[in-house]
Amino acid sequence: MTITELMPFSVLVPLIASLVCALLPGRFWPWAVTLVATITSAVIAAITLPAAAQVTLSYAFGNWPPPIGIEYRVDAANAFVALLVAGMAAVALPWAKKSVDREVPERQGAFYALFLLALSGLLGITLSGDAFNIFVFLEISSLATYGLIAHGSDRRALLASFRYLIMGTVGATFLLIGIGFLYVMTGTLNLADLAERLPEVRDTSTVRAALAFIIVGMGLKLAMLPLHLWLPNAYTYAPSFVTVFLAGTATKVALYVMLRFVFTVFAPDWSFVVLPLSTVLMILAVAGMFAGSWVAMFQPNIKRMLAYSSVAQVGYMVLGVSLVSIVGLTAAFLHLFNHALMKTALFMAVGTVIYQVGSGHLKDFRGLGRTMPWTLTAFALAGLSIIGVPLTAGFVSKWYLIQAALDQGQWFLVVLILITSLMAIVYIWRVIEAAWFQERPGNQPAAGEAPLALLIPTWVLVALNFYFGIDTRLTVGGATAAAEALLGGGMAP
Amino acid sequence: MRENGILRVVARFLIPLIMLFGLYIQFHGEYSPGGGFQAGIVFAAGWILFVLIYGLDAALQVIPERAMYVLMVAGVILYCAVGIAGVVLGGHFLDFYPLLPGKHAAQQFGIITVEFGVGVTVATVVMLIFTLFARRKSEWKAAKVEDDQP
Repeated sequence: MTITELMPFSVLVPLIASLVCALLPGRFWPWAVTLVATITSAVIAAITLPAAAQVTLSYAFGNWPPPIGIEYRVDAANAFVALLVAGMAAVALPWAKKSVDREVPERQGAFYALFLLALSGLLGITLSGDAFNIFVFLEISSLATYGLIAHGSDRRALLASFRYLIMGTVGATFLLIGIGFLYVMTGTLNLADLAERLPEVRDTSTVRAALAFIIVGMGLKLAMLPLHLWLPNAYTYAPSFVTVFLAGTATKVALYVMLRFVFTVFAPDWSFVVLPLSTVLMILAVAGMFAGSWVAMFQPNIKRMLAYSSVAQVGYMVLGVSLVSIVGLTAAFLHLFNHALMKTALFMAVGTVIYQVGSGHLKDFRGLGRTMPWTLTAFALAGLSIIGVPLTAGFVSKWYLIQAALDQGQWFLVVLILITSLMAIVYIWRVIEAAWFQERPGNQPAAGEAPLALLIPTWVLVALNFYFGIDTRLTVGGATAAAEALLGGGMAP
Repeated sequence: MRENGILRVVARFLIPLIMLFGLYIQFHGEYSPGGGFQAGIVFAAGWILFVLIYGLDAALQVIPERAMYVLMVAGVILYCAVGIAGVVLGGHFLDFYPLLPGKHAAQQFGIITVEFGVGVTVATVVMLIFTLFARRKSEWKAAKVEDDQP
C-alpha cells in the first residue's frame, strides 16, 4: 500500500470506528475504540505529511478520475492541518476518560461516536479536493459538534448548542451559495479544476459574490470578530473534553478552508485585488485581537475567558493572512499550530480544576496553587506560551508575525501585537493571582491534586509547548511548506 | 383514530402496498429513478401510517427501538464494508470494479448493496426520530398527570 492509498484512511478509520462506537455499551469500550481509531488516524496523518511536502498526493474515490469523481488532494498545507487535527485529538483522548466519565455519565457510546464523526468530518474537510465534498464534511463535523456541545451538564449548553447550530448553519449555507455560484460559472466542483477555469470568468459579479459569500461563511465558522458570537457560550458550556478538542481543531480547519479558497481557487493576485480583502481582514483581525483580549480580562468564568482569548488568537492568524506574504502566511500557519497547543493545554488545566473542584469560576481558583500545584503550574506555563514569552511556542509564532509586519513596513502592527500580548499577561495573571496569592475561603471545599490520568496529558502538552518553542524544525518547516504550497499554486500538478 | 373503521380498513390495505412500493424503488434504483434514500423514506412512511392507526406499542413489538438503533448503524456499516471490499480486492475505496468479474455486473452489485445500506439507515433513522417524538408526548402526558396529583 503506497502512502497515497493509505492517506484517505485517516478520515475513514474514525468514520467507521464511530459506527462501531455507537453500538458499544458501557464506559470502557467506546473510549478504547475511539482512542485506537484516533491514534491510527494521527499516525497516518503523520506519515502523509513528509510525502505530501514532496509531491501533491491525489486519491480518486471509487476510481472515478477527477475532476468528475471526488478526489482527495493533499499538499503540504492540508497535510499540516490534518496532522494538527488528528494529533490534537490523539493527545486529548487519554485525558478524556476521567473527565467524560464525570461529565457525561450515560450513553458514552453515542458521545464518542459523535466525537469520531466530528473528527472525521474535520479531517475530511482538510483532505478533500472537491468543493462540494468540503461542504458535506463541514456539515458532518458541525452537526456532530452541536450534539457534543449539547452534552454539557449545564442546561445552558442546550441554548449554546442551538445558537451555534443557527450561526453554523448560516455559515455553511453561505459557503454552499458561494460554491454554487462558482459551479454556475465554471461547471466544475474540483478545486484544482476550479482554479484552472476561473481566470476566464473571474471578472463577473457572480464570482465576486462567490468570494464574498465564502469569506463570510468561513468567517462565521472561524469566529472572526463580528461573527464570533457563538463561540464563547459553546466553549463555556460544552463538556470540558469537547472544549479541549474544539479549541484546538474546529476554528483552525475553518481558517484552512478560507485560505484554500482565497489562495488556491481564486489566486491571491485576484482575490486580494478585486475586493479590499487585505484591508478588511486586517481591520477585523486587529479589532478581534483587541476586543477578544479586552473582554477576556473581565470574565469571571475561566473557560469563557479562554474562549474570548481564542477570538483574539484567531485575530493573530487572520492578521498573518492579511499581510499576503510568505512570511505572513507562515506566521498564520505557525500560530494555527501553536495556538492549538497552548489553548488545548490551558483548557485541559481548567478542565482538571473543574474535575476536582466542580467549577471553572475565578473565585473557585482561590488558594488552589497550594493544594493543586501541578495543575496550576501547568496552567501558568501554558499561559506563558499564550503571552508569547521566549522559549515557548507562542513566542515563535508572534516572532514570525512581527517579522512579517516589519517586512511590509507596518510598524504600527508590531505595537498592536505587543499591546495585546500585554493584555494576555493581564488575563493570565488574574488566575495566577487568585491561585497563589489569595487564601482559600473556609467555606470552599478543599481540593487535592488531580489524578495522574488528567495530569500527565496536560503536562505532555505543556512540554510540547516548550519543545516547539525551542526545536522549530517541524512547525516552521511545515508552516513554510504550507505557505509556499498555497502561495506558489501548490494545487497545480 | 383507531376506532374509525374506514381508516383501519384502508390502512390495512395500503400499508403493505406502500412498503412494497418502497422496496420496488429500492431494488430498481440502480437503473431507474429511485434509490436508497427515497426507498427508505417511503418504507418509513408506511410504518408511520401503521403507528398512527394501530399505536406505537404495537409497532414497537414488530421492530423494537433497540433493533432500529442497530439497523441504523448496520446500514452505514454495509456501505463502508462495500467500500473497504474495494480496497481489499486491490482497488480504491468504493471502487466497485474489483468486486465481480464482469464490469457491469460489478457496478450493479456494488451500487445495489450500497443503496440497500442507505435505504436501511434512512428508514430506521426516520422511524427512530418519529418514535422519539411520539414517545415524548406520552411521557409528557404521564409526567403531567403525576404533577396534578398532590
